[in-house]
Amino acid sequence: MSIFLTENSRVIVQGMTGSEGTKHTTRMLASGTNIVGGVNPRKAGEKVDFDGALIPVFGSVSDAIDDTGADVTVVFVPPKFTKDAVIEAVDASIGLCVIITEGIPVHDTAAFWAHAAGGSTRIIGPNCPGLISPGKSNAGIIPADITKPGPIGLVSKSGTLTYQMMYELRDIGFSTAIGVGGDPIIGTTHIDALAAFEDDPATRAVVMIGEIGGDAEERAAAFVRDNVSKPVVGYVAGFTAPEGKTMGHAGAIVSGSSGTAQAKKEALEAAGVRVGKTPSETARLMRELLARR
Amino acid sequence: MDLFEYQAKQLFQKYGVPVGLGEVATTPDEAAAAAERIGGVTVVKAQVKTGGRGKAGGVKLARTPDDARAAATAILGMDIKGHTVHRVLVDPGAQIDEEYYVSFLLDRANRSFLAMASYEGGMEIEQLAVERPDALAKVPVDALEGVDEAKAHEIVTAARFPAEVADQVADVLVKLWKAFVGSDATLVEVNPLAKVSSADGTGSTVKALDGKVTLDDNANFRQPDNASYVDVESADPLEQRAKDKHLNYVKLDGSVGIIGNGAGLVMSTLDVVAYAGEQRGGVEPANFLDIGGGASAEVMANGLEIILSDPDVRSVFVNVFGGITACDAVANGIVSAFDLLADRGDEITRPLVVRLDGNNAELGRRILTDAALPGVQQVDTMDDAADRAAGLAGA
Repeated sequence: MSIFLTENSRVIVQGMTGSEGTKHTTRMLASGTNIVGGVNPRKAGEKVDFDGALIPVFGSVSDAIDDTGADVTVVFVPPKFTKDAVIEAVDASIGLCVIITEGIPVHDTAAFWAHAAGGSTRIIGPNCPGLISPGKSNAGIIPADITKPGPIGLVSKSGTLTYQMMYELRDIGFSTAIGVGGDPIIGTTHIDALAAFEDDPATRAVVMIGEIGGDAEERAAAFVRDNVSKPVVGYVAGFTAPEGKTMGHAGAIVSGSSGTAQAKKEALEAAGVRVGKTPSETARLMRELLARR
Repeated sequence: MDLFEYQAKQLFQKYGVPVGLGEVATTPDEAAAAAERIGGVTVVKAQVKTGGRGKAGGVKLARTPDDARAAATAILGMDIKGHTVHRVLVDPGAQIDEEYYVSFLLDRANRSFLAMASYEGGMEIEQLAVERPDALAKVPVDALEGVDEAKAHEIVTAARFPAEVADQVADVLVKLWKAFVGSDATLVEVNPLAKVSSADGTGSTVKALDGKVTLDDNANFRQPDNASYVDVESADPLEQRAKDKHLNYVKLDGSVGIIGNGAGLVMSTLDVVAYAGEQRGGVEPANFLDIGGGASAEVMANGLEIILSDPDVRSVFVNVFGGITACDAVANGIVSAFDLLADRGDEITRPLVVRLDGNNAELGRRILTDAALPGVQQVDTMDDAADRAAGLAGA
């Protein structure tokens, strides 16, 4: 098993014919993802050749669902058009919408999130690397060849730290690794992923990676304390980040004391989560935990 | 991006929010002339993007134009929490009867927006939230429904504003919400929103006497005014140069230059270097630089050039995990960067520690080994590489 994304997932790509979409559709196909179509109203009816795999282009998400039974969409459309693309996917009631696009105005994200409320679509992202269930399916831009299937679940704000951790623990492997994104408003949170990992029989332990900004890690810590029986190890980046400076992710801004790496580390440790000082030490803690069980 | 007070109030004014707004001055003479034109008592206020300027002496009352000149002389050039004052705002004085607080902001936890309001304004909101939490109303605002008159009255009631100003405050809230949405802001704050007696003493109005606005840089593509708000003179010169080259660079105080890919990994790199530095007599990272996804030779050269123009940098740590980025491309980037910088007359003489892992790492390492660049050392793991770089900077 895995969470949110399985070998049965039927994936479409919104923005498949753009440069990022094309590049990553090729990579997702190469890692075994069942990509059943792309969406672009101006190229509806065409087929795109990805190294011999002919992928049909549909005029809308709902056309793609009707024709292919798609249940996952990966969104690469540019920031200007992302809100409309996500609303289209939500209105078509697709099960999972993974938004890779970086640089979406937060008022747009707030709008499509409010629009999706109460509906049947799970949103991951925006500004995230997506998720991978190694050996099964890959929805997004996470490299597939740096790890293998295994018992660890991973949830992270950051893309490259996700890759680093997958690589550190590549000999043990992952059930699902999910990058929830670093924007101030995101769909799926650390808590959502932790809850799903807790219920997933294939996941034996969870690595949670956070960074400065917001209070998602503090809330996740409280959730772990109250609701998670599986072992969790944590890592937080940004101890040396100066106050008031944005470091790449819009969410990674510290103002005042709340949202600091230290505050997050303390909250996690108070909830019984062992927190590594570096990615390597975090990986070591995970090895120790798994060896003891 | 944060706005100065005068820019915030100009924005409010554009959306019909009543403001007390005078003129901006960059010299004492301009301040005196502004006070002359405004007439009567004025307030000379330092324009800095930080709080606590009143306590720091950055706000002064002026009864005459000469007073305003003296106030501006004292305030211009002043350092307030690390911010140099380059301009003052000369505002008309006001007879303030009461001070209130209103704001709209992003609410991460609820993935929506929040209105905050209080009939006790004037003090810093952080202080109010701690000392008088029951006096601060927090009302969630639905992103799709926004703030209409009914919603505005809901906020006014929740914040227990006095009845005689309820309609006026509600009107301000509706207009302020329009400013919030229209400018793609993540924060609009009015503190104080003041009840001000009219000059002839016959009535009173509410007015925004101070304002804070934070805009969303992601919306720059549809906010043409944003380019004019960029505060070039306060920016660190290296940060500005990096920005011109589309590099995400933040200057820090240490001596180990850092280049990496991905915001999370680079932040982590800073931490790991700082930990290693603790064993090396307090060596610290000199900067944050994220070269992002495709690290071309040019990006690498520009990055190295920026980092090496910082005279405090004594060693550089290039920490790349090849996810999408292929490590051979990064290695080629480093090799070309050496050539490019040599061509520009900036030979690289300080040591470079390189750690490549992930996609095509073997190939990347071989390229660097074969190139045998002077001063370049390869280390296999992030922790060991950080320690090496810190050691070289501390030596």
